[in-house]
Amino acid sequence: MFPTPIHKASPFAQIAYKIVLPLALILWLLPLIGVAITSVRPVGDLAAGNYFGIPSGFAGVENYTTVFRDSPIGLYILNSFKVTIPTVIGAVALSCLTGFALAVYRFKGNLLLFFLFVAGNFIPFQILMVPVRDMTLRAGLYDTTLGLVLFHVAFQTGFCTLFMRNFIKGLPFALIESARVEGVSEWRIFRYIVLPLMRPAIAALSVLVFTFVWNDYFWATVLVQGQHAMPVTAGLYSLNGQWVAAWHLVSAGSIVAALPPVAMFFLMQRHFIAGLTLGATKG
Amino acid sequence: MASGASSRETLRGVAVTEVVSSPPGFWKQNQQKLAPWLFLAPGFLMFIIYVLVPIVQSIWISFHEWDGLGEKVWIGLGNYIELLDDDDFYTSLKNNVIWLVLYLLSIPAGLAVALFLNQTVTGIRLYKSLFFFPFVISQVVVGLMFTWFYAPNFGLFSQLIAWLTGEQVAVLADERFVTYGIIAAGLWPQTAYCMILYLTGLNNINPEQVEAARMDGAKGAKLLWFVILPQLAPATFIAMVVTVIGSLRSFDLVSIMTAGGPYGSSQVLSYFMYEQALSEYGFRMGYGAAIAVVLFLIMMVFITLFIVRMLSQERNA
Repeated sequence: MFPTPIHKASPFAQIAYKIVLPLALILWLLPLIGVAITSVRPVGDLAAGNYFGIPSGFAGVENYTTVFRDSPIGLYILNSFKVTIPTVIGAVALSCLTGFALAVYRFKGNLLLFFLFVAGNFIPFQILMVPVRDMTLRAGLYDTTLGLVLFHVAFQTGFCTLFMRNFIKGLPFALIESARVEGVSEWRIFRYIVLPLMRPAIAALSVLVFTFVWNDYFWATVLVQGQHAMPVTAGLYSLNGQWVAAWHLVSAGSIVAALPPVAMFFLMQRHFIAGLTLGATKG
Repeated sequence: MASGASSRETLRGVAVTEVVSSPPGFWKQNQQKLAPWLFLAPGFLMFIIYVLVPIVQSIWISFHEWDGLGEKVWIGLGNYIELLDDDDFYTSLKNNVIWLVLYLLSIPAGLAVALFLNQTVTGIRLYKSLFFFPFVISQVVVGLMFTWFYAPNFGLFSQLIAWLTGEQVAVLADERFVTYGIIAAGLWPQTAYCMILYLTGLNNINPEQVEAARMDGAKGAKLLWFVILPQLAPATFIAMVVTVIGSLRSFDLVSIMTAGGPYGSSQVLSYFMYEQALSEYGFRMGYGAAIAVVLFLIMMVFITLFIVRMLSQERNA
């Protein structure tokens, strides 16, 4: 193990480490802690210039109620779910198929296709912006959650294919070969042999795609204009314009907007990290 | 599909159906050749429509003058020639370079945090998760947090600066500091990402090699440099990829924190493009597309490098 395990270090170092650890964490999360405290700060504190001192009271219930009552944030959150959930299902389903095809079969152009997906994943959104917006407008899907879903599914399929393909490559190929010898059809091999083994990959991808799409801001501003379809990221930004200097409300709104992916992360932590670090240990 | 299933057999715990011989049809004979294309079709079709075709269309549009509604007017390289004369373009380009260079700091920073946290004390798992936290939060929220952090007069950061230097600095309103202020906000989640990559890498370090090196008297920085870092090479590679791409893609933070201001001084290509194509300044789709093409070409240099490396790994696998 590197660095040397701390319990082998001197007692002084051990104590120092245990003290520094929480301090470092507080320093690291300072912006977040500041926002969390502000979100429960009574409005009077801001007027009195008490931005970072100890709150004069707890106004959490009041602030959060105000956010939901005086702004469409509830609708924005609902929209975000309407975009995120179908995208996760769509992108994961499509990439199970593409990943299987690229991992299991040898055919001309296999690697080329694979790297097309990989490269597509890295390109700047701006190169897609004008045509995708135009196409969405012409299809009558501008300003709808479906318009966002279709784009996100297509784009996330790139990353998901990379992930699924590498995951399936790691499965024992003998399993597939022996099934073929038995005369099992290709679809059944996929459905009954490979798909059940893909569960951890599906879980990892689902949380990742959920977070990516929930946190998307660019496409939410490009493909949506009105409140009725606006996801919470873009909605929060427009609220920030309305609530100038009402930091306690902006903070409460930010916390609300950040909550679903954070909850997702804590529930599915192992999968989340496994997904992000794919390829970080070998190669 | 297999037809004429008669008996069920269990193949390594998986139920499969046995096929009774029937005259092999076209499908049966060519199944292995056709199957991959059928599996690929839905996903690849979506990818063509929403990713591949728009890239070509963008390049095409960049040769036109177009407001997004009326007729496209062919102007050849007109947009690109105009770019060469546009001060905002050079500001954006310069800022993109600053982003790229400074963003790379998240790699050593992430390694440092990972080394710091790579211990087994009570609650360390929770610490690791909480350190990773900034990455899970939307950049919109991160942007708002830091805007508030930098706020003149009361922001924690500006108070700190005032206390240290006796001078108030409005980071986001000052042309000299604004880009650095935004990059600092971006480094926060990016460092968290690199940290998690390195923590996973450290987890898979070969302990025997480390012990052997320790026996030979290697320790500290030397051990890190000669024994640990080479083993962390895959993690470093991925960290490089996501950091370089992330820096060139930076849009959310610029948009949230300054909208490119003050006076365009925090522009980056991605935001400049958006502003030209879709803002109150007018819908200059052709000009925007030209900027996007430039950004795309810059990114392609890196993407090609990454792909070439991945390809050689693939061949060796």
